[in-house]
Amino acid sequence: MTTIETSSPPAVRSSRVNAAKLLSRYGTFAAFIALLIFNLIVTPNFVSWQTLNVNLTQVATIVIVAVGMTLVIATGGIDLSVGSLMAIAGAAAPMIFMGQLLPIENMGILIILSFILPILLVMAFGWFNGFLVTRFSIQPIVATLVLFIAGRGLAQVATNGNLQVFKNPDFQFIAMGRIAGIPAQVVVMIIVAILAHCLIRYTVIGRQIIAVGGNEKAARLTGIPVRRVKTFVYVISGALAGLAGLIVVARNSASDANLVGLGMELDAIAAVAVGGSLLTGGRANILGTVLGAFVIQLVRYTLLANGVPDAAALIVKAGLIIVAVFIQQRADKA
Amino acid sequence: MTSMLKTLSRPFVAKSSGDLARLGVLLALAGLILFGALRYDNFISPFNILSFLRYNSMFALIALGMAFVIITGGIDLSVGGVAAMASVVAAYLSLYGWFPGLAGGVLAGLVAGSINGVITTRLRIQPFIATLAMMLAAYGTALLLANNQSVSVSYDTAFTMIGQDDFLGFPIPGWIAGFAYVLGWIFLERHPAGRHVLAIGDGEATANLMGLKVERTLFAVYALSGVLAGLAGVILASQFGAGQPTEGVGWELFAIASVVVGGTLLTGGSGSVGATLAGALLLAMVFNILNFENGLGWISLSAYWQSVIRGVFLLIVVVLQAGLMKKTEA
Repeated sequence: MTTIETSSPPAVRSSRVNAAKLLSRYGTFAAFIALLIFNLIVTPNFVSWQTLNVNLTQVATIVIVAVGMTLVIATGGIDLSVGSLMAIAGAAAPMIFMGQLLPIENMGILIILSFILPILLVMAFGWFNGFLVTRFSIQPIVATLVLFIAGRGLAQVATNGNLQVFKNPDFQFIAMGRIAGIPAQVVVMIIVAILAHCLIRYTVIGRQIIAVGGNEKAARLTGIPVRRVKTFVYVISGALAGLAGLIVVARNSASDANLVGLGMELDAIAAVAVGGSLLTGGRANILGTVLGAFVIQLVRYTLLANGVPDAAALIVKAGLIIVAVFIQQRADKA
Repeated sequence: MTSMLKTLSRPFVAKSSGDLARLGVLLALAGLILFGALRYDNFISPFNILSFLRYNSMFALIALGMAFVIITGGIDLSVGGVAAMASVVAAYLSLYGWFPGLAGGVLAGLVAGSINGVITTRLRIQPFIATLAMMLAAYGTALLLANNQSVSVSYDTAFTMIGQDDFLGFPIPGWIAGFAYVLGWIFLERHPAGRHVLAIGDGEATANLMGLKVERTLFAVYALSGVLAGLAGVILASQFGAGQPTEGVGWELFAIASVVVGGTLLTGGSGSVGATLAGALLLAMVFNILNFENGLGWISLSAYWQSVIRGVFLLIVVVLQAGLMKKTEA
């Protein structure tokens, strides 16, 4: 290692390179801290439980979906279907616990099934995405476009486009409940992020995901089951989208197939991009993605809390994405 | 390199997997029209045909721009947002007459498309990301300009004619789209610059070495896509009497689906203007047929089925394409 570092390029270039590297490594974190400091000074009532609660609950579902997206992007793919899969899971769960689908009387069993079955269902759809990508070598953006278009339609057809309103404290615990004072959805978010981080860092399949995204041909030649790895990430992405869909409908006490998860694919991709995972694959920075989602959320909150309209926040978000990706690419070339 | 030379010197009719796919989409469109004509009384009535064309011209225009972008190997996710923004700009300027409204909308599209072009060619950011950001920025701008509401157009000027009136018995949006497609076809098939677009999609590095002006062509392609999205926004505002800052969601994916159904591969390097039009019409006709089928009263399929059916169409086409690709490779 040391021998490589001694043969470093000339000083001028290396200092610029280091700046880019530093910025890419700690830029998101620095932006996050800067936003916090700015809010502490400017935004009234920033230090309050309510602010923390609002921000955490709003960011939780984005983080959960973005973690799955990070894994897909690490293999060099993309998953446009996450929003539609959220709508499918969100439509299926109330149908199950309201007893429309299954002839089961026991509420406890129904509640458990209304968590398990929707997620299994969207995992099957995730597998279908992976199947299209691996079996037919269809580009991920097109393969997942199929379910992006058809998936929401399926959810709308199943519910006839109607709003399903419900009140079910047991099911809604996932969004309304608290575990040791922390909102349950935030706990879910933390668990998902930690598990994914460990998956990438410490498991064989995690390393295989990175290898496939880094160089698919080399990965195949070294005996990595490329197809299985790719299918795996789409299944996981589907499962996490389903989980997020359940949280959203539980939070709203209603399921609207037209709205659940709308535009989520863009939020998730933006979080991954701002979080510093290269969109070309071969890298999966889970903590970066979490931080990216927090930065985007905090920017939006900062602008809203200071009277800037939501529309302007969209423009800022656009600029943020471009700057983040530009810095990433600079650092990567160096 | 050999494929590159083939692209540049390719005769106008070539036998390839893409041509088979294009033949397929034409046959499917013909089949769907035949099905509709035989099954429904008023399907080929002038009223149905003209209102079909009037409404779907916007989508056809956007699909045309998307086809050019995709042929270079890129993608433009911003078209829906740009159309929404252009519709707002056009609605405001319609006070001063039809031409300022039209020009303003198109100019808004040109600006957005040019920014896309600069970000992809100068900053070298992937088209997917660059245009995704532009989509957000365009919606943001549209909402800011419109104060989060739809903006009524002026009915005192001739602006609403653009979307609602006929010229020589044919809807004006249909004329605009038809004209754009003829120009697009001439450009891609008969003009050297169009061949450059194809060559860049085949391999950017090689095209560069051959001395083609890659950056300039790419920039022009994104600007063109922006202009056509702007034009679609003008028609939107004119047809529905209001600039609509929240309209256009999902248009980009509809346009991509049209291009893909039309046999253009997302990897770039090949593609056809005519087949893109056929692809857009095919997807739009699914909805038209669904309406007629419901009108018969035998079944009652909700409008929500249209997206399922469109998705299935897209699925069939991409799987068939993938099969054809494998065969020609072997």
